[in-house]
Amino acid sequence: MNIYLPIAEISVNVFLLLGMGGGVGFLSGLFGVGGGFLMTPLLIFIGVAPAVAVATEANQIMAASVSGVLAHWRRGNVDFRMGGVLLLGGTLGSVFGVWLFTFLRGLGQLDLVISLCYVVLLGVVGSLMFVESSRALFRRRRQADVRRKLHQHHWMHGLPFKMRFRKSKLYISALLPILIGFIVGVLAAIMGVGGGFIMVPAMIYLLGMPTSVVVGTSLFQIIFVTGTVTFLQATQNQTVDALLALILLTGGVIGAQIGTRVGTRLRGEQLRVLLALLVLGVCGKLLFDLVATPGDLFIIADSVGGH
Amino acid sequence: MRLGPILLSLGIMALAMPTSAQNPLVADLSEHQIQITTGFTGTDVLLFGTVESNSDVVVVVRGPEVDTTVWRRDRYAGIWVNDQRVVFESVPSFYAVRSSAELDEVASDTVRARHSMGANFLRLRPQDRSVSAADLKAFKAGLIRNKRRQGLFAPEGEGISFLGGELFRTRLFFPSNVPTGFYDIEVFMMREGRVAHAQTTPLIVSKAGLGADVFYFAHNYSAFYGLLAILLAVAAGALAAFVFRKN
Repeated sequence: MNIYLPIAEISVNVFLLLGMGGGVGFLSGLFGVGGGFLMTPLLIFIGVAPAVAVATEANQIMAASVSGVLAHWRRGNVDFRMGGVLLLGGTLGSVFGVWLFTFLRGLGQLDLVISLCYVVLLGVVGSLMFVESSRALFRRRRQADVRRKLHQHHWMHGLPFKMRFRKSKLYISALLPILIGFIVGVLAAIMGVGGGFIMVPAMIYLLGMPTSVVVGTSLFQIIFVTGTVTFLQATQNQTVDALLALILLTGGVIGAQIGTRVGTRLRGEQLRVLLALLVLGVCGKLLFDLVATPGDLFIIADSVGGH
Repeated sequence: MRLGPILLSLGIMALAMPTSAQNPLVADLSEHQIQITTGFTGTDVLLFGTVESNSDVVVVVRGPEVDTTVWRRDRYAGIWVNDQRVVFESVPSFYAVRSSAELDEVASDTVRARHSMGANFLRLRPQDRSVSAADLKAFKAGLIRNKRRQGLFAPEGEGISFLGGELFRTRLFFPSNVPTGFYDIEVFMMREGRVAHAQTTPLIVSKAGLGADVFYFAHNYSAFYGLLAILLAVAAGALAAFVFRKN
């Protein structure tokens, strides 16, 4: 059964979309990742214009994050103060990101930049994940746990505008979380990702936040950043396909529930290796498309949404 | 398909034939409107009519004209990048040509150029007139190749069949990515390489139903649309969290 997507302006099989939503949702439930970094390339592979894929994914991730944050909120795992500071940076970042998006589209280089960003980020994240998980797989038994120091003093502790974050038990400069939020906001606007896979490690390793509040706080921030991106993309580029987002979401919600249940029963290392391989596979396909000699050296600029 | 009325009108036309001397060419479409609904996967439109016997027929379908940018890619540091562009003015977003015999035999090159019979005879003018002739040729060919690949320049062929010497018909296919707007369908009656008579029939391609409303809303009330998309996401997320709360 085909459905005509009103903004993407193509006809796609509904079950393919539901399946993609379900599959990516399953993975996100299983591994606790957002899934935007897989869904956007998949949408591009099936023929959705990159501009529409990115903007629509922001819309879908927002819904997924709302459902995720509620569970964390009930358990008190959201540092709203930290979330607010990250959000300040995130909002600035997404405004800048959408402006950059529109600018690159005018130049005709948007697709290239999206692909390049994906190749770099998926390559780095996939490789790190692969190394980490295969190491865990082989040395599961002899874990030599090196305890990190509770407080390490870096250059960053000399930065001004210090703030106290009670929930995270931190007294640090607000500049660093603003910067992290900014980068994630730009990525959300250009790549259609929530940015959790960048923000979570940054919050743990750079800010030194306790792991328990990291996921809830990052989800809280992602809601508002993807919300801002959705609004800006809708008003500036008219590239948000709400119907597509809704279909992906339906599949995604169900997939995520199944994934979460399966995830609690399985040992993660083998699956993490598989996820890493999947991420590297998507990265490889995008890289191949950039490097391989195209069948036709000439191409018509995408007109979808660009009036 | 609504074949009944078509056959009926064909029949009426056949009956009216002897008195149609003042109207040597009569043609019509099975539908004058294509609606892109949510389930749209492309559609066929039947074009039919009568001409005087011993003449040929050429049909040219042109969609709404838009400025179209064509990029030439080049390799930088191993990566293919959009390098040079040519913007063509008023390119038909959809184009198809059909004839009752080989176009070369039916029409001279001058006639083909005047009436845009064949993609290679389309008037494709670059915005920037300083583009070199060799480049222009390559970019034009690239444009036509890409349009054909997208299915928006239909494969060119004979495809018009005669029933008896005067009744003709052809089936025009419009794919799922057909652009919306006003289409001109020109029917030419050809005699000895020249256009003896011509008739233009309009066709409207428009979005309909939910998809049309969404598109209209997104483009004309984009701020509201953005807010609505956000509300929808919040509601869907909250609903999902509520439904699966027990787990």
